[in-house]
Amino acid sequence: MVALNELVLVCLAYVAGLFLVAFWAERAALRGKGGTLLRSPLVYTLSLSIYCTAWTFYGAVGYAARSGLEYVTIYLGPSLVMIGWWWGLRRLVRIGRSQRVTSIADLISSRYGKSNSLAIIVTLMAVIGVTPYIALQLQSVVLSLSIFAANGDGSSYNPVSAALWVAAGLALFTVLFGTRNLNVNERHHGVVIAIAVEAIVKLVASLAVGIFVVWGLGGGVEQTLARVDASAIGEWQVQGGRWAALTLLSAAAFVCLPRMFQVMVVENDEERHLQIASWAFPLYLMLMSLFVVPIAVVGLDLMPPGSNPDLFVLSLPLSQGQNGLAMLSFLGGFSSATSMVIVATLALSTMVSNHIVMPIWLSTRHGSAVQSGDVRQVVLLARRLSILLIIALGVLYYRISGGSAALAAIGTISFGGVAQFLPALLGGIFWRGATRSGALCGLGIGFAIWVFTMLLPSFGVGAALSAETFAQGLWGQSWLRPQALFGISGLDPTVHAVVWSLSLNTLAFVAVSIVSFPDPIERLQGAQFVNVLEHSGPARSWTASVAGSEDLMIMAQRILGAPEAQAFFRAEAEAQGITGGLPEPTPAFVQALERELAGSVGAATAHAMVSQIVGGTSVSVQDLLAVADESAQMLEYSNQLEQKSRELTETAAKLRSANEKLTQLSLQKDGFLSQISHELRTPMTSIRSFSEILRDAGKLTEADKTRYASIIHSETLRLTRLLDELLDLSVLENGQVTLRMGQDRLSDMMDRAVTTALAGAGPALAVHRETETPDVVLHTDIDRLVQVFINLVSNARKYCDAAEPALTIRVSRHDGGLWIDFVDNGSGIDADVQSVIFEKFFRISGEAAEGVGLGLAICQEIMSRLGGQVLYLPKESGTAFRVSLPQSVLVQDAENPGQTPVT
Amino acid sequence: MPERRMFLERRSYRMRRAMDALRLWPLVGLALWMVPLLWAVPGEGPGEGTGAPMPMSSALRYIFGVWVLLILGALALWWRTGRGAAEDSAEGGADSPPRQG
Repeated sequence: MVALNELVLVCLAYVAGLFLVAFWAERAALRGKGGTLLRSPLVYTLSLSIYCTAWTFYGAVGYAARSGLEYVTIYLGPSLVMIGWWWGLRRLVRIGRSQRVTSIADLISSRYGKSNSLAIIVTLMAVIGVTPYIALQLQSVVLSLSIFAANGDGSSYNPVSAALWVAAGLALFTVLFGTRNLNVNERHHGVVIAIAVEAIVKLVASLAVGIFVVWGLGGGVEQTLARVDASAIGEWQVQGGRWAALTLLSAAAFVCLPRMFQVMVVENDEERHLQIASWAFPLYLMLMSLFVVPIAVVGLDLMPPGSNPDLFVLSLPLSQGQNGLAMLSFLGGFSSATSMVIVATLALSTMVSNHIVMPIWLSTRHGSAVQSGDVRQVVLLARRLSILLIIALGVLYYRISGGSAALAAIGTISFGGVAQFLPALLGGIFWRGATRSGALCGLGIGFAIWVFTMLLPSFGVGAALSAETFAQGLWGQSWLRPQALFGISGLDPTVHAVVWSLSLNTLAFVAVSIVSFPDPIERLQGAQFVNVLEHSGPARSWTASVAGSEDLMIMAQRILGAPEAQAFFRAEAEAQGITGGLPEPTPAFVQALERELAGSVGAATAHAMVSQIVGGTSVSVQDLLAVADESAQMLEYSNQLEQKSRELTETAAKLRSANEKLTQLSLQKDGFLSQISHELRTPMTSIRSFSEILRDAGKLTEADKTRYASIIHSETLRLTRLLDELLDLSVLENGQVTLRMGQDRLSDMMDRAVTTALAGAGPALAVHRETETPDVVLHTDIDRLVQVFINLVSNARKYCDAAEPALTIRVSRHDGGLWIDFVDNGSGIDADVQSVIFEKFFRISGEAAEGVGLGLAICQEIMSRLGGQVLYLPKESGTAFRVSLPQSVLVQDAENPGQTPVT
Repeated sequence: MPERRMFLERRSYRMRRAMDALRLWPLVGLALWMVPLLWAVPGEGPGEGTGAPMPMSSALRYIFGVWVLLILGALALWWRTGRGAAEDSAEGGADSPPRQG
């Protein structure tokens, strides 16, 4: 016989080992070691095994002893869900990762517009639904201890204090390893590893007992099966309704149980692990349930009548004197119970602290004056208190229920409670039309029916519900009987409760969803959830930091711009007395930041963003970042579009003006061609006429001949000059001219020009030269410049209409260079033709036809080549042209000042 | 919109059929495990003396046989599709492995 003290010692050693393993895993994860083990699919699969609680370990045998194979439905449902991972779990895990979901309450509230009321309801339902389950675990540990106590001296054994001690140990473990860090999305490596170890222990224990029973007691497989057939449960006796309903119920609970959601979705590292678990976890379940029926049958055979079949796993080896095996079996059951309590408490405490405690705390803070303090500490404290609260509730339930009910019954009740989440959960991830009102109605109705038909009746007739209520219905309404709703009696109570609660839940959910209208956040979230497989890429890995200043900083940078945000944070950090670091997320700082952000994105959005980060609720920072990124991108994109359209407008304007210029040029070209043909034809006509006269008229006087020949000659000269000038102009215009740069004094150049222009026959012209400045030396194309001067002087000589024509040449210096004005004393050029005097072939009408009208055009071309220009000065008394030369052509000043009138 | 090919390469074709099997496998399991609904239950259905009650050993063999079959099937499907899915996710398209072809 194993003494109770010995057992407690082994138990403590086992727990200490678990602590060590968990501690090692935390340390290894912190140092980045042991990654392959901590993140392996094996650990993931094993952590899923918290589905197998003490209910499985002890209760399944009792269940089988009472109802035959019905117990197996509890494992068939989860196996089907895992094998069908492609349909549901894949989507769930993807959503969990992309939305940074922290719990099932978080998922549901997040899907339905981040509704906190929905989160509170789901949390409360989960606590109510799971508390009996935790009590069940305590009860199983206490029961199993009592077996040893009964076998030993047992005098000192007190079930109540044992339950308290176990509960205290579990609470300590959960607080230690479950709330080390704030971020629930981060893996709880210590807890997960401990659970994996416990999973192995319970599997080994279960298999060991099974093998002992089949081969040690039963005498082999065939004999054991024969024994099974001969036993009280030797025939198939499961009602079809219960078979299907319990399979459905267990499948639903597998997805909806907060602890399963925690290990399956929240703690999931890689989607790949899910597919490996799709065959590995059914294998685990199969192995766990493989020996249940043999143990039950052999137990029924060997154990004295009246012994509790729930404890056959323990009492059978003990009665056969297999103390070591019994010890192992006890540890298996202990493992099942502890791992379930730890994870369930962890999941529930996250929900309670995130959705109930924190919102209340934050709302009380709003009213009070701004205080300093770290929100994280409050969250951790809230979580720890929630853990204690939940375990305390479990103990309380255990004390009240007195540990009388069969294990399996409590488990089924718990399953029925959490299964009520299923319609809202599945509807949320598959149906965009699901609304918050629908979810609230469905959950409310389903939960109410569950409480009325399953939870309250479980306390027994006359306990929670009076016998009258059972017989007559609530308030005497016969259609409200807890086990025969709507007058349909004769159903199995479990089937009755499951069918009514789930079907009415679904009906209400769908109907209200159809008639109600979701608000914008709901629609947005709905689209994100339902289309998660289409648009979510590989999930971004969650950084190890908490949603604190760093995340606020990143978000602020995305919204405000990096330098501004950094300056703002630096100023805030200095105000808090921190140098060279980020400021603490105090309420004051967050409020300031929110105001700052509100300037960029509007008050409502900023409030939502900041409160989501600081409030510790579900919406992940990554998502907010994505939103911020998207808006920044859109802003940039629209800026780019605007710029592009501006550029297009500019280009169009340029094209229009270019087109106008081209049209003008084409007109000019036409004009030029007709002009030039005209210019060429006039001399050609006279040359032809006079040469014909010379050829055909025989009796011409010598004087006539000479006259005609000289006319032909002068016309030819004119043609030649025309062609020369045309050539000159075209060379200049095409830019083919090469400037022959040289240096000369301006006065010398002027001398040459005046001399040349006044040479030959023609009207007399008096030329006065006024030089205000000392003579200058120019560095330019001397010949071309002289050509311009000649042209201007000879123009004055040709066209000045004064009685005594006189030309004044005035040289003046100014900032931009040199001005040389040619002003005559004539009547000037009419205002209406001033603008066209530089056009080709322009001639003052009625003047002697000596010029071809290209002189000024050529002058303008030359001057533009030389970097200067020639202008008409309209304000002078006579015709006045100004040749302006840039500063760059001036080489140096020379002496030789004064006036030098030349005649 | 990339051009849709009428026929796939043999490898892609096999991959897609494997994914079809992956989707259908839980339905097969559900159907097989709901077969016990057809078994006779003592004390139910008066007058139905047709079927003798199913012995527990046969029931055990059937249920656990289906279980092993389902596990082996899921294992084989993981072997066939898991690697391709892993490669695809390494290429950045973890979403829908069989639709690559």
